[in-house]
Amino acid sequence: MLDAIRCVVARDLLLAFRRKSDVGTALLFFVVVTSLFPLGIGAEPNVLRHIAPGVIWVSALLSSMLSLRRLFENDHQDGTLEQILLGAAPLGLVVAAKVLAHWLVAGLPLVLIAPLIALQYDIDSVLYGVLALSLLLGTPVLSLVGAVGAALTLGLRGGGVLLALLVLPLYVPVLIIGAGSVEMVSAGLGGAGQLLLLAAMLVGAAVLAPLAVAAALRISLE
Amino acid sequence: MLEAVDLECARGGRILFRALSLALKPGDVVRIAGENGRGKTSLLRILCGLLAPTAGDVRWDGTRIATLREEYSRRLVYLGHAPAVKDELTAEENLAIACRLAGLPGADAASALEQFGVPKARAVGRMSQGQRRRAALARLVLSAGVPLWLLDEPLAALDVDAAALVESLVAAHATRGGMVVFTTHQEARLVPTRTVSLDA
Repeated sequence: MLDAIRCVVARDLLLAFRRKSDVGTALLFFVVVTSLFPLGIGAEPNVLRHIAPGVIWVSALLSSMLSLRRLFENDHQDGTLEQILLGAAPLGLVVAAKVLAHWLVAGLPLVLIAPLIALQYDIDSVLYGVLALSLLLGTPVLSLVGAVGAALTLGLRGGGVLLALLVLPLYVPVLIIGAGSVEMVSAGLGGAGQLLLLAAMLVGAAVLAPLAVAAALRISLE
Repeated sequence: MLEAVDLECARGGRILFRALSLALKPGDVVRIAGENGRGKTSLLRILCGLLAPTAGDVRWDGTRIATLREEYSRRLVYLGHAPAVKDELTAEENLAIACRLAGLPGADAASALEQFGVPKARAVGRMSQGQRRRAALARLVLSAGVPLWLLDEPLAALDVDAAALVESLVAAHATRGGMVVFTTHQEARLVPTRTVSLDA
């Protein structure tokens, strides 16, 4: 069972490594979008400081949604997803491993680059850590919840737009709490409450989402 | 061992087949015959549990496969229309991963590919259709211990040598007490012990 999980993670990371352009686009999207705001709004430091958490979080959310299609679509087209469904390990575990690999490729780079992006907004240096921590807890939730949508819209024509409509509303709580944690700290109130809530959401999503994804995949492949 | 009782399958509002029953015991090689669009692939997908029948049951050793799930998956190999190989990976990587996911040791992937004459270190994306099929079928060499083989058009896009190899693998599997269900349009090759026809 553990071997299957290791195998799936290693496989998806290897595939991502051989198809670097896919990985680069989502990260580049994040960098470009977050850089557009200071350019469009103008260099008014107070405004930028104020909008920074929200803008960075919304960009991370859009970027992670952009890469969701990749999660199952390719495997579906070449038939390997059928073989994954017929695997020896429970499908929920295999799906969790796929989401983990997806997050390592699409989510973790956002977490690492976010403090650098925050430089453009001139936010207080104590906020860098909170911003990165909130993304570290929040982006896996985005991947897990998004995976349910990706599995449900698998193989549908125009599935990309449908996926966005399905998943974006579900991202709202993560966005509010994630961006809120940074705002709370910048207001001097301490963001521990929000961060703990994010952690709770992560635990809940990690337990429930793989089961939902497994069920959705079984339906989509019929 | 494998039992299908009163299967009915409807796709897109049209009934493909109904009241289809099938029982396989060790050593059976069954060919599913029928024109295009009669539901041969659907029947194979029902037998491996990817598709739920509209009515009826598939049972393995008397237990419904829907309740067995991966317990049942471990006892079968399904090779469908698509070769199920990743273009970016080499043939050896593909085969080793497929075996590990199926719970088989993938250590002998290289020798299995050699039997099928597939260059093991080349990315599958740079291979011809026939070579991809071979790369996928090489899994049969490593699946001797898996009792049930479900093969959808295993001979498609294969040349005479590779077809003969598949033939001998299927025959060897039957003699060691395995079960094979396959579809094919090349009747002269694989010889079944029994044929199930889906033509009305």
